[in-house]
Amino acid sequence: MSKNTIVSQGRVGTQSANFKSYMRRYGTLYLLLILPVIFFLVFRYIPMAWILGAFKENNIFKAPWELAWAKNNGFEWFVKAFNDRTFINALRNTITLNLLDLVCGFPAPILLALMLNELTFKRFKKITQTVLYMPHFLSWIIISGLALRLLASNDGLINILYKRIVGNADASIPFMSNNNWWVGTYVVLGIWKEAGWGTIIYLAALTSISPELYEAAAVDGAGRFKRIWHVTLPGLRPTIITLLIMNLGRILGSEFDRPLALSNKLVTDVSQVISIYVYQNGLKANKFALTTAVGLFQSVVGVLFLIAANQLAKRFGERGIM
Amino acid sequence: MIKSKSTRFGDIVIALVSFIVMFICLVPLLNVLARSLSSAEYLIRNEVVLWPKGWNVDAYTTVLKDPKYVHSLWYTGLLTVGCTLLSLAMTIMCAYPLTYKELKGGKVINVVILFTMYFSAGMIPHYLWLRNLGMLDTLWVLVIPSCLSVYNMIIMRSFFFGVPESLREAAEIDGAGPIRTLIMIYLPLSKAVLATLALFYAVGRWNGFSDALLYLKKREDLYPIQLLLYNILQNTTNVEVATQEGFSTPGLGETLKMATVMFATVPILLIYPWLQRYFVTGVTLGAVKG
Repeated sequence: MSKNTIVSQGRVGTQSANFKSYMRRYGTLYLLLILPVIFFLVFRYIPMAWILGAFKENNIFKAPWELAWAKNNGFEWFVKAFNDRTFINALRNTITLNLLDLVCGFPAPILLALMLNELTFKRFKKITQTVLYMPHFLSWIIISGLALRLLASNDGLINILYKRIVGNADASIPFMSNNNWWVGTYVVLGIWKEAGWGTIIYLAALTSISPELYEAAAVDGAGRFKRIWHVTLPGLRPTIITLLIMNLGRILGSEFDRPLALSNKLVTDVSQVISIYVYQNGLKANKFALTTAVGLFQSVVGVLFLIAANQLAKRFGERGIM
Repeated sequence: MIKSKSTRFGDIVIALVSFIVMFICLVPLLNVLARSLSSAEYLIRNEVVLWPKGWNVDAYTTVLKDPKYVHSLWYTGLLTVGCTLLSLAMTIMCAYPLTYKELKGGKVINVVILFTMYFSAGMIPHYLWLRNLGMLDTLWVLVIPSCLSVYNMIIMRSFFFGVPESLREAAEIDGAGPIRTLIMIYLPLSKAVLATLALFYAVGRWNGFSDALLYLKKREDLYPIQLLLYNILQNTTNVEVATQEGFSTPGLGETLKMATVMFATVPILLIYPWLQRYFVTGVTLGAVKG
């Protein structure tokens, strides 16, 4: 009774009284949010002002709003980028490496998850998982160190084996120095690092498959492969489609650590991706305007791709990410 | 349940495949570890595969005698602990208020935050702004710009959403304000997800080097271990390291590199298996976006 009157008094009270009681109750939440919001404004939004530099003259000291507009109605740097063969090359490399990652790397965690799901001995399954997650925790620098050693052309473990198999001490596979082999190495190392980690999300999806379905399949006399094909894979379908589409949406994104750590002078033709192009031309050669333009191009196209991918996911009746 | 012969055969095949996959995961590390612990004569004859021959810890003692490397290990360790604690605090401060439906403006803040996940100003604008702030070549540039990850914040928030509303209401009836509710109810229930996020943040900082590469040019004393390692592997170490005894000895060079790799790897490998149960939940929560 008394509680009711308090509430109704609050309702009829002036707006400021309402505001006061609201702030008394929830004001501390805003206090908590102050630092995070300042963080996002200062370190994520304010830098966007410098995007203006993509449309201005190149000057390494002045802020973009103090500068005159670039030629071609401000689009000078975009035009220059698309006439620059190294940029076109970097764009092509970005798409090629991402597509190869997708085609070769996408099925890997699914296959591993199916394998883990079939392991009946719990303890063994857990140990396998622990080992499979391990590479995810190594940095690309560490992995490049391991790869350089393991794949070294004269005394790396793989080439030692290769020499013994072909029976020729001078034979070796140029994993890191030949363009095509390097691309293969890049993709395989990506799978090595992330395939195990990628199983987590599929294993989580598997737990939601009703055990009754498996029992029913067993009653119907379905063998292992029939069970995987008719029960497990359909159970993974939503996750597979969502992840696949989202990965397609990231086709123009470029990692930084991975190509930087794995690349070397011999293979820059195939290893230079957009992020490395921006780093080398921007930070190292002071072409700030050009590289800001390239970065903007990548961000905008990236967002457009993601939106398109999201729509596509929804059309397939799956949850998108936005 | 009695298993048919073919099922048992299948189990064996799958177990075998698992062994092979595990082997593939472990071989690079084991090979490098074995080589870093072997003596030069066996290395030259290519006899070391997975087990060290001619036990030899010279490489490790040389690394531990190199003040620059030891400093970097300690410094990166402290930096990692500091950054992790700060990031956890920021993540809680960001995620907790956003779980309140009553929070006015919460939706706007949510959109403002999520937008940064999809659109970023890019490398050069970030660099120029940090230069303007005077943060380049300071310790802060490794701490502050990366102190809050939206992805981790979403994991935290999803977990908070899973805490029964009735608990919060009970606390509020007892007169607890939001912060008291957070400390008395939410945080004690969130140990698992906090451990997961601590792991994610710590691994990110320990393994991270791109910010140091971009933002620290004159301050080599602030280089985290991974950047030092990158320079060692790229053979662009500065004169001091190169003239350090050992680093200049050609035969030892290779094993030294491998020893430094092992030092930078082991801390994480010692920690992550203990948190496996938790980070599996964390990744699953992270998949529930929006």
